[in-house]
Amino acid sequence: MQIHISSDGLPIFQQIVDQIRYRIAAGQLSGGDELPTIRGLAESLKVNPNTVARAYRELETQGLVEKRRTTGTFVAQQAQQRSAAQRKQLLQPLLQQLIVESRHLGFSIDDVVDQLRKRDQQIPSMENRS
Amino acid sequence: MTDHPSASCAIDVHRLSRTFRGVQALRDVNLQVPTGSVFGLVGLNGAGKTTLIRHLIGSLRALHGGVRVFGLDPVLDATSVLKRVGYLTEEDSLPKWMRVGEFIDFHRSIYPNWDDGYARRLCEMFNLSSATQLRSLSKGQRARVGLLVAIAHRPDLLILDEPSSGLDPIARSDILEAIIRTISDEGRTVLFSSHLLDEVGRVCDTIALMHEGTICEMVDVPSLHDRYVEVICRSEPDNPLPPDWRSAFGWQLSGAEWSAVVERENSRSESEPDDLHVIDRRPVSLDRWFAARTRSPSTAVTP
Repeated sequence: MQIHISSDGLPIFQQIVDQIRYRIAAGQLSGGDELPTIRGLAESLKVNPNTVARAYRELETQGLVEKRRTTGTFVAQQAQQRSAAQRKQLLQPLLQQLIVESRHLGFSIDDVVDQLRKRDQQIPSMENRS
Repeated sequence: MTDHPSASCAIDVHRLSRTFRGVQALRDVNLQVPTGSVFGLVGLNGAGKTTLIRHLIGSLRALHGGVRVFGLDPVLDATSVLKRVGYLTEEDSLPKWMRVGEFIDFHRSIYPNWDDGYARRLCEMFNLSSATQLRSLSKGQRARVGLLVAIAHRPDLLILDEPSSGLDPIARSDILEAIIRTISDEGRTVLFSSHLLDEVGRVCDTIALMHEGTICEMVDVPSLHDRYVEVICRSEPDNPLPPDWRSAFGWQLSGAEWSAVVERENSRSESEPDDLHVIDRRPVSLDRWFAARTRSPSTAVTP
């Protein structure tokens, strides 16, 4: 996996989590796909294997991947196990940040919704995967 | 294995001090490196890192204090210690008149655990041919030869003293990969001394910071962000002194804003000064933590 690690202060395990989450959201990884082994990913990214293990644990806690005994780590079949209320709550801080930024930059909420829709169409979705 | 009594500690340094011509290079250093860890050693030039490492490989004898590697004295038990240690330094000190093959054969004859297959694979991976003279290799290629002979006997302890200085990114990346491979084999230990903090932050699980001959702090890398936060705040007009806040250290002034590193634990017990105008709190980077610990406040005030 071509994961990019930068040294700007965001913990490395978080960067790995974010980029795997993106791949799952964009349908590049789908239910049942196998993730690289911890050791394999650590070697290719040149990061401590414990860091990769921590990222995988975090993804597991979030219900996005599952460990199968002795075989490896796989993308979970149903990635969506949280309730609607929980999911909404997780989205709140990001919405707030987006709204604050947009106001500072002088965009109306309609502009923002418009741009969100356009951007959404550019990111391939899980369902439309060929 | 029967020859290392303190199995949980690959390196055990106890109250080690060293003076060279009246200059104190090490003062009362205590260091325990647990087996299986990737241990980073960072510090400014002249902080004592190389002097400490030279005690570990037995090229300096401990005059004050004690040094044990796998429970053994690296000077008295040099043979037993060194056959389990791989060592790579920044010095471009390979015998340049030798050919790659001769140099490898020489090391193979020293180490009983030499792994021929592994050495061959490394040669292929690094694109090294045994007929080439070390003299005619680039600096990066010579570093790879040094790396090969440091790891082909699959050492229990790999010591890297500034191995990446002056090397190109690909050669540095090969060194990092060797570190990851080494520790992926259960129970092997790496001591990695470097100025390249992003490399140290990527591969190490624990970092010791050396300053003026002592180890002034040890951090567990994954918990750095839980332990510290960087705080940015506005300075009082016409006041050249940083805010009076004991939990904060490493104050740096830039324009009208101060930056400091704050230990979260302390800042909970001590309340922030009333007149502090905080602008931002952000995750502390390893670079910021390092600068906060090593830079003296007087030199930090450079507008």
